[in-house]
Amino acid sequence: MRRRLALVLAALALAVPAGATAAECPKTSLSAVEDEVMCPVCGTPLGLATEAPQAQREREFIRRQVDDCRSKDEIKAALVDEFGENVLALPGSDGFDLAAYLVPGLAVLLGAGAVGATAIGWRRSRTGAEQGTAAGPPDPGAAQRDRLQTDLDRYEL
Amino acid sequence: MKRSLSPFAVAALIGVLALVGLLAYGLVQSNPDRGIDEALGRGERAQAPAFELQKLDGGGSGSLEDYRGKVVVLNFWGSWCPPCRAESPLLQRWHERISKNGGGTLLGVDALDVTSDALDFVRDYGLTYPMLKDSDEQVYPDYGVASFPETFVIDRDGRVAAIKRGPVDEEFMREEVLPVLEEGA
Repeated sequence: MRRRLALVLAALALAVPAGATAAECPKTSLSAVEDEVMCPVCGTPLGLATEAPQAQREREFIRRQVDDCRSKDEIKAALVDEFGENVLALPGSDGFDLAAYLVPGLAVLLGAGAVGATAIGWRRSRTGAEQGTAAGPPDPGAAQRDRLQTDLDRYEL
Repeated sequence: MKRSLSPFAVAALIGVLALVGLLAYGLVQSNPDRGIDEALGRGERAQAPAFELQKLDGGGSGSLEDYRGKVVVLNFWGSWCPPCRAESPLLQRWHERISKNGGGTLLGVDALDVTSDALDFVRDYGLTYPMLKDSDEQVYPDYGVASFPETFVIDRDGRVAAIKRGPVDEEFMREEVLPVLEEGA
């Protein structure tokens, strides 16, 4: 009995640190990092650069970092140390890089504004046309009215 | 009759111009600088862009200015680049040859590379010339480097005397480096 208890305790002692280590190790993978970084030599996202030797080295570097339990942000920071800021697939959030976010946003806003303005203008012109139709045909004028009345009188039984 | 644009049309025009400007900027940025090549084409020697970089082994920094008065064969390389591997033994031989009397040196600049891979490369090929690391694309764009390897022969006054965009060979070293070494020697 005592021997069995000792065995159970020993097994627990071995299992607890292993579990704790697994919990501390951030879960990231090569593919998760690959999607967010570039292959600087190829000029494409790393995920798309399959054959390039530099891409293979970069992948190997990421794999080593993943094995060392680094988080995605830590791996990206290590890649920046090695390759510079251009290794990041997304532009930075300051300086000229900010234009990459602002200009498309501005273009979308302007486009939406232009569509809105066109729609309002179209609606106004249509409403105007409908109001014109509801008022009936234009007044033919006094001369025409007199002629019409004369014609009607002529055929009066 | 004078017809003015609506505010929306003006705003849309500004938006389109901003997009075109952004695209044009991107296009200009992606083109390598060919100023040094153009100067050589005119028979002139452009001043080599100055730089200071970390040493590859992490032991402090080094600059082009450290070699003023010497002929510098500046080689941009990466451990992932097969032609860089092919030319390395030749570069090492020429470093031994030109550094013997103190007249010149090879200077390697490792770029777009994993430092540990680069250090393995240096060890595997027994390269003894000084090595710097261009870790943040600080230097190679100034030299218009668009592919690796590329080599620049810099005279004693710090001007670029010859360029090889691609791997060097014995003929290039003999015809472009030796005459520069003999100048003012």
